Amino acid sequence: MKLTLKIWRQKNAAAEGKIVEYPIDHIEPDMSFLEMLDILNDELIMKGDEPVAFDHDCREGICGMCSLYINGEAHGPDRGVTTCQLHMRMFKDGDTIFIEPFRAKAFPVIKDLVVDRSSFDRIQHAGGFISVNTSGNTIDANTIPVNKKDADDAFDAAACIGCGACVATCKNSSAMLFVAAKVSQYALLPQGRIEATDRVLNMVSQMDAEGFGNCTNTGACEVECPKGISLENIARMNREYMSASLKG
Amino acid sequence: MALDSKIPEGSISDKWTNYKDHINLVNPANKRNLDVIIVGTGLAGGSAAATLAELGYNVKAFCFQDSPRRAHSIAAQGGINAAKNYQGDGDSTFRLFYDTVKGGDYRAREANVHRLAEVSGNIIDQCVAQGVPLAREYGGLLDNRSFGGTLVSRTFYAKGQTGQQLLLGAYSAMNRQIGRGKIKMHNRHEMLDLVIVNGKARGIIARNLVTGEIERHSAHAVVIASGGYGNVFFLSTNAMGSNATAAWKIHKKGAFFANPCYTQIHPTCIPVSGDHQSKLTLMSESLRNDGRIWVPAKLEDAKAIREGKKKPTDLSEAERDYYLERRYPAFGNLVPRDIASRAAKERCDAGFGVNKTGEAVYLDFAAAIQRYGVDQARIKHLDEKDTALVIKLGTEVVANKYGNLFQMYEKIVDENPYSTPMMIYPAVHYTMGGTWVDYNLQTTIPGCFSIGESNFSDHGANRLGASALMQGLADGYFVLPYTIGDYLSPDIKMGAISTDLPEFVAAEKAVKDQIERFMNNKGTHSVDYFHKKLGKIMWDKVGMARNAKGLNEAIVEIAALREEFYKEVKVPGDANGFNQELEKATRVADFLELGELFAKDALHRNESCGGHFREEYQTEEGEAQRDDENFAYVAAWEYTGKPSEAVLHKEPLVFDNVKLVQRSYK
Repeated sequence: MKLTLKIWRQKNAAAEGKIVEYPIDHIEPDMSFLEMLDILNDELIMKGDEPVAFDHDCREGICGMCSLYINGEAHGPDRGVTTCQLHMRMFKDGDTIFIEPFRAKAFPVIKDLVVDRSSFDRIQHAGGFISVNTSGNTIDANTIPVNKKDADDAFDAAACIGCGACVATCKNSSAMLFVAAKVSQYALLPQGRIEATDRVLNMVSQMDAEGFGNCTNTGACEVECPKGISLENIARMNREYMSASLKG
Repeated sequence: MALDSKIPEGSISDKWTNYKDHINLVNPANKRNLDVIIVGTGLAGGSAAATLAELGYNVKAFCFQDSPRRAHSIAAQGGINAAKNYQGDGDSTFRLFYDTVKGGDYRAREANVHRLAEVSGNIIDQCVAQGVPLAREYGGLLDNRSFGGTLVSRTFYAKGQTGQQLLLGAYSAMNRQIGRGKIKMHNRHEMLDLVIVNGKARGIIARNLVTGEIERHSAHAVVIASGGYGNVFFLSTNAMGSNATAAWKIHKKGAFFANPCYTQIHPTCIPVSGDHQSKLTLMSESLRNDGRIWVPAKLEDAKAIREGKKKPTDLSEAERDYYLERRYPAFGNLVPRDIASRAAKERCDAGFGVNKTGEAVYLDFAAAIQRYGVDQARIKHLDEKDTALVIKLGTEVVANKYGNLFQMYEKIVDENPYSTPMMIYPAVHYTMGGTWVDYNLQTTIPGCFSIGESNFSDHGANRLGASALMQGLADGYFVLPYTIGDYLSPDIKMGAISTDLPEFVAAEKAVKDQIERFMNNKGTHSVDYFHKKLGKIMWDKVGMARNAKGLNEAIVEIAALREEFYKEVKVPGDANGFNQELEKATRVADFLELGELFAKDALHRNESCGGHFREEYQTEEGEAQRDDENFAYVAAWEYTGKPSEAVLHKEPLVFDNVKLVQRSYK
């Protein structure tokens, strides 16, 4: 396949960025999108240009590091995948592909396609945990039975990989789906109920402080989420937040 | 220097308890005056950071990723072992200990393995208390499944994302401490050297990967939890960034490196599709619970399939060779990984491979779908003779167990594994070798500890499935917090360590010099060019099967490649900023040294054991032939200036509780 790539280039956080065009040839359908970028980068290095910086690590869709906005969609045109799981068979010979970073006020660009998502970490520091010491002196695991449906729902919420596609795709740059997934995981489990009130208040407060926008229920986050995190989690977080606020 | 493994006295089941009863403790007020650096935030590093901070130490944690949550432990799929005996199927601490020593082909240290088995149950308690959503049965209790090399169901799991959920558990415990200021987290930082002051590890030099700044960090102890070195093969199931730099830098500063040749080639990975390939994807071993592995029984059928003239579903049962079930009737598809991998290679080398490259075998779920479907039809009082219904119900059960793995496979290969068998082939996955540590998990450098995959201690020559997660969390949550306290107890009045000491200045200069050398090298090839070349040498000559001739060649070729690398590598951009090519260059420089030591170790070990298979040493049936008389020891290598001149030290392995026999899974 022969393609035209239009890629966001930005030297560092302070510099101004722009779209730069790169032609590329001999791309095979079996290649992953990131392997296509590897080939481009090798060509750029050989030409004496700087390669395109992009985040990636596990390349199997679980670490949440890769974060490209491809043709106007977080993680590109396929569904239920991260960028590293996107394959070139999703594109046609002669296509033009726009590649941009995940954009949000709370995700400043570090370089080219690499963004700083430490705002997500800070939301977790505010309450994304159960306050139990790791001493090993806890009760036997099977003394806390959990209804299977609740356990499965908690797992589905916990499957979030923290990539930020929900934020990148949201017209408000809202982090509600990400925060709701963590709040829900714990809210659904008896172990997590104990601190549920403080947790939701603290995490939402930190989310707002980081500059994420509000949720207007467009559902775009759910569509782009590579792990299929459901909007139901946002509804659950809103209920949790409401009841926590009333408790004061 | 003689190796002292510091194994406590007493019977195997009393050692750890006795040890804990007699170590020195640090009181809570004094812990506030002690700093600990932890490099790596996977299961071992993350759990250690959280626990040490909870105890009161000041922790400085480092990871090269943008968040500790992304460490490669996250990719572990299948499960975590624990001797809970919840299934009542005869499991016990001793049995887990025994299985692990046997699975490791009798090349692990008994005392460490027993301790691991002892604390395994605690890990599950801990994780459940933290809110890790492990799989449950309808009654609300935890579910288990079985894994290779064992006859009991002791594996706990969270679908095919167990590593992710356990890591997020450790990450949540870290977050609690980061929020309280007890852990200072340094994301996007890479350790580039260890600083030793008066013979003790007292700090590190790290590069801030965003600004390019070279930073000095001091502490009273340094813990390396940086994972394994599988990426020395270029293609592996490791993450792209997984590297051996931290472990190799401490080796060059005096930490012995043990058993580098013990590498696990995982049997169930998605086969290589072409030259562009950047990494390999693992399909969890848990799939072997329900999947049956086979190749065509006749060469002409294999050929027809390779040429696209036949489909696997065209072959009748009689035309298939379920070679693991045939060769190992007792364990069948659940033999340990090293055995399953070699058996696949043997069939493919004999011409029975089933994809274009001839390097793939089938993993077939049709029988499981049928079995589960009938089962469900009976439970739901539906017609079990309705084939379509049975397949539908069975598919639902399989999807529930392995859904994300099947989806991952379909995205990569573009075939539906519910209706046609998966294709798999072995790939480099885990490294059992690593930094030599004593019973305290301390390296041969006082004050420098090594935990998780980066040390060598628990898995011998072959790791059993679902044991890596167990070891990482055991080391971090339950072992290191005791042993490091004993080491730190004399340092309570020392106060903070200055980073202006000449040792810090010298180490920083060496790091800056190396970076400058790369940046000024006007070479002709990218870093990946050299990494791929190294990987090819390693896979061809130091891979699944090795012989003396190939190993001797590999040693020469790797040394030559290293020389060429320093002459011809091209690193673009600027050192004072975000530069991924520079990151790769510093990592590949270390792989180019480690690879040579790896081959040297494989050459010296004139036996086959676990993941180390020397073609010269095999039984008539093609199984690994150990030489317990001459090689029942840990090979710990001391760096003396060049990998070729590394000096061998031997730690004899004493087996008081397990009888050495040839492993049999028949």
